[in-house]
Amino acid sequence: MSRPSSMRTPLGRVRYLGSSHSGTTDFWRQRLTAVAMTLLIVPVIVIVLMLIGRNQAGAAQILGSLPIAIILVLFIIASAWHMKIGMQIIIEDYVHNETVKLVSVMANNFFCIAVALASIYAIVKLSSGV
Amino acid sequence: MAEFTLPKNSKITGGKAWPKPAGATETREFRVYRWNPDDGKNPSVDTYHVDINDCGPMVLDGLIWIKNNIDPTLTFRRSCREGVCGSCAMNIDGQNTLACTKSMHDVAAGGAVKVNPLPHQPVVKDLVPDLTNFYAQYASIEPWLKTTTPTPQKEWKQSHEDREKLDGLYECILCACCSTSCPSYWWNSERFLGPAALLQATRWVKDSRDEATGERLDNLEDPFRLYRCHTIMNCAKSCPKGLNPSEAIAELKLKMVERQI
Repeated sequence: MSRPSSMRTPLGRVRYLGSSHSGTTDFWRQRLTAVAMTLLIVPVIVIVLMLIGRNQAGAAQILGSLPIAIILVLFIIASAWHMKIGMQIIIEDYVHNETVKLVSVMANNFFCIAVALASIYAIVKLSSGV
Repeated sequence: MAEFTLPKNSKITGGKAWPKPAGATETREFRVYRWNPDDGKNPSVDTYHVDINDCGPMVLDGLIWIKNNIDPTLTFRRSCREGVCGSCAMNIDGQNTLACTKSMHDVAAGGAVKVNPLPHQPVVKDLVPDLTNFYAQYASIEPWLKTTTPTPQKEWKQSHEDREKLDGLYECILCACCSTSCPSYWWNSERFLGPAALLQATRWVKDSRDEATGERLDNLEDPFRLYRCHTIMNCAKSCPKGLNPSEAIAELKLKMVERQI
């Protein structure tokens, strides 16, 4: 947002466009995904240890188990969502040029969605034994 | 991008070393930030020696001694000299605090007492920052009782328990030590309200007599106004009154969630 300087009063500059009445949803979701990841990280580590040293057939066999596939998919959703919110906060903190900020936030969304979908696709593919 | 280096005309260059006072047996070295808007020069750090046997114990006493005995052009704000008015907030030995309640003997023994203006604010002269934006942010939270119910004949009543909820909030003297120590405030001081204004906002949100709580929360609910606070806690560390703005902001965030979920 290019801030008005000129001859506006200091209070006018502080109020400017007003409150956006948002931010709480992201704040809540960041905590929600953090708690979810805390709960999921132990089973995820166990699954990863089980997968070490196995070939694709072995991995497909382990991921064929529905609970294991669900745990991994949930972990990916939680972490990608958390990553998206966290990166957006960093962008908002440090990037002040409006155009660069909009493009960065957009790229961040695209990247996180792409990473999440690619990972989920890989798990579904392996677990369905294709 | 956020500015991580000082603009060219704000870089500190050189500085004058004033001679030690004649006849002084014990002195303390002061290194004080100097900038004069009228001479067109960059800021500098001047070195002074204060006769500590002829001077009170606080950093403010030292600055007043310098102004009276060495250099009358040294400019700083001060008023109550007992930690009530908040005028003499400055950065002493790397920490924002009040010069009047900070003892020069608490600054690492033997080392110089380094005195700079509050960080990341425009400087008016020497140790005087321009706090226009800070005060406007305080005004924007509308720090007064807002009611619709007709004013009672006597006073607005409040239980002892409800009054206690304002402890740790009402004591703020608006010295700006907290806000100017906050990295989030440095990067986004035009949009983030900063710890001081948010602590005061909490004070009014928690006041049982106020009838505009929801309206106040509406005004704060914004990714920049409120949610730039990342609980860094420099505010609590620097507050010379021992308050915890970080905790007050966390209470605001909790109230935001409470009314949504």
